[in-house]
Amino acid sequence: MNTLDFLIIGGGPAGLMAALAASDFGLKPLVIDENQKLGGQLIKQTHMFFGSKAERAGTRGFDIGTELAGEMEKRGIEIWSNSPAVGYYPDGTVAVLKNDKLHGLKPKAVLAATGASENFVTFPGSDLPGVYGAGAVQTLMNVYGIKPGQSVLMIGSGNIGLIVSYQLMQAGVQVKAIIEGLPNIGGYLVHASKIARAGVPILTRHTILEAVGEDQVKGAVISRIDDKWQPVAGSQQNIECDTICLAVGLTPLTEMLWQAGCQMNFVPELGGQVAWHDELMMTSIPGIFTAGDVTGIEEASTAMLEGELAGLGAVKYLKGDSKELQCRIDDTACRLAGLRAGPFGQKAREGKCKLKECRIKQV
Amino acid sequence: MLSDKLKSTGLADAADIQAAWPAEERLKKGPVAVVECFQEIPCNPCETSCPQKAIVVGQDINALPRVDHSKCNGCTICVSRCPGLAIFVIDEKYSEAESAVTMPYEFLPLPQKGDTVEALDRQGQTCCQAKVIRVVNTKAQDKTPLVTLAIPKGREKVVRFFKLVP
Ligand SMILES: Cc1cc2nc3c(=O)[nH]c(=O)nc-3n(C[C@H](O)[C@H](O)[C@H](O)COP(=O)(O)OP(=O)(O)OC[C@H]3O[C@@H](n4cnc5c(N)ncnc54)[C@H](O)[C@@H]3O)c2cc1C
Ligand code: SF4
Ligand code: SF4
Repeated sequence: MNTLDFLIIGGGPAGLMAALAASDFGLKPLVIDENQKLGGQLIKQTHMFFGSKAERAGTRGFDIGTELAGEMEKRGIEIWSNSPAVGYYPDGTVAVLKNDKLHGLKPKAVLAATGASENFVTFPGSDLPGVYGAGAVQTLMNVYGIKPGQSVLMIGSGNIGLIVSYQLMQAGVQVKAIIEGLPNIGGYLVHASKIARAGVPILTRHTILEAVGEDQVKGAVISRIDDKWQPVAGSQQNIECDTICLAVGLTPLTEMLWQAGCQMNFVPELGGQVAWHDELMMTSIPGIFTAGDVTGIEEASTAMLEGELAGLGAVKYLKGDSKELQCRIDDTACRLAGLRAGPFGQKAREGKCKLKECRIKQV
Repeated sequence: MLSDKLKSTGLADAADIQAAWPAEERLKKGPVAVVECFQEIPCNPCETSCPQKAIVVGQDINALPRVDHSKCNGCTICVSRCPGLAIFVIDEKYSEAESAVTMPYEFLPLPQKGDTVEALDRQGQTCCQAKVIRVVNTKAQDKTPLVTLAIPKGREKVVRFFKLVP
């Protein structure tokens, strides 16, 4: 049985920033990730990031991932890649699969920074080969250099739908249209505008009725919808395409937190079930922390700052408070609040507010 | 204020465009940045990249960028730094008959100086022919090349993209 101070499950932006922040204050964390390469979602993001300079805005996502991973290496922080965490036991043991062997780790503090998984929608033909999640398409293209098809219909106009459409176009794939059920585009309008000027229509208040094809996608039938999401008669259109890409949201990957028995709450604004946490990202169970998309679907920039807070929280939990630590915590919390201050942060603000109240109610 | 058209289609309407448009006086003097960023998002590389401090987002990172066109010298640095690819540099002084518009272009193949291309509007519709007069792709631009087109006078508000002529 191993013992260690701080185990970080998930090497995305949240987990990596937590490791770096904890190491700033002398902790020796271990980061495990189920993938070969560190960086989580970042490794497939070829576009420039938003945010401020402190969160590396204007830098491409994969470069941020490489930078963070490089910093980890420089500091000699221990990393286990290809190592999924597969279970949490009542005595606080985390089971980790590495090289086909199960390791029982018993950390004094643990952070679940496991990110999120893609949502799916069903429609006639949605089980046909050629229907993909947008994240999967992004991984195929940007990590493995494989085009998913020649012509795509994108479903969903949030930032993921918009960005993946743009990257498909960069890869030479024709994007036929982006459709969106809501009356307005969900993602940043600057992304929408750069897609529109390359000639791709963004059709709001539209839905997919079915995927067409016998043994693979050959097209789709789409339709306008009314205020009640009912198809408008006579507005059906056939779109010829070999790929249908779903960008319809993400759901936090909370298995570890459930298994650990953390207080979970359903908060739609955050993407579903999430663990209650305090200002320093500690869950209802002392020593168990959570940060990033697993605590609410947001952005890499907010995930990084939440991760940093969780890392600092682990320092406080394990080594006690200090003036220097408190200063750093205040600074990080202030930057996080700044990022969430605008209209795009509203959902997260409201969600986090609700989550806070959940604890008060239960206690 | 954001127009409904922009919110539902990604296409800026005349009022959105007018709000970002520099004064005619300033345009007459030569290249100037037009920042077509109309929505409050947490972002500020335009501000931090401008050597002239012509763009201000300010303390609240969600605020809209405000441009002081009189401070801008049209250097184009911000164009490749903007993650929204929302900044263009317009030069009405380029020649008697033509203006120049500089835009970010992250596609392959890159056009070559001297090529004739089809200039596209915000909706991707062909609106005129244009000549490529400059292609810049330095390391500092980090894979966001800049392409400058010479376009007929009067199309400065319209041309925002282009496609190669096969
Ligand atoms: C297409 C796309 C575009 C985006 N664009 C932007 C943008 O422009 N700006 C921005 O700020 N954000 C953007 N984001 C959002 C951003 O990528 C995410 O919010 C961010 O990556 C979340 O970070 P995270 O560390 O919480 O999770 P992730 O990055 O998902 O990392 C979690 C890691 O944990 C691993 N893991 C999960 N479970 C286990 C387990 N049991 N054992 C071991 N490892 C595990 C996962 O494999 C993964 O590597 C985008 C996201 C997508 C999908
Ligand atoms: S073109 Fe140059 S001077 Fe003008 S706003 Fe951009 S960076 Fe500043
Ligand atoms: S960098 Fe571009 S997208 Fe970001 S605020 Fe400035 S103009 Fe808008």
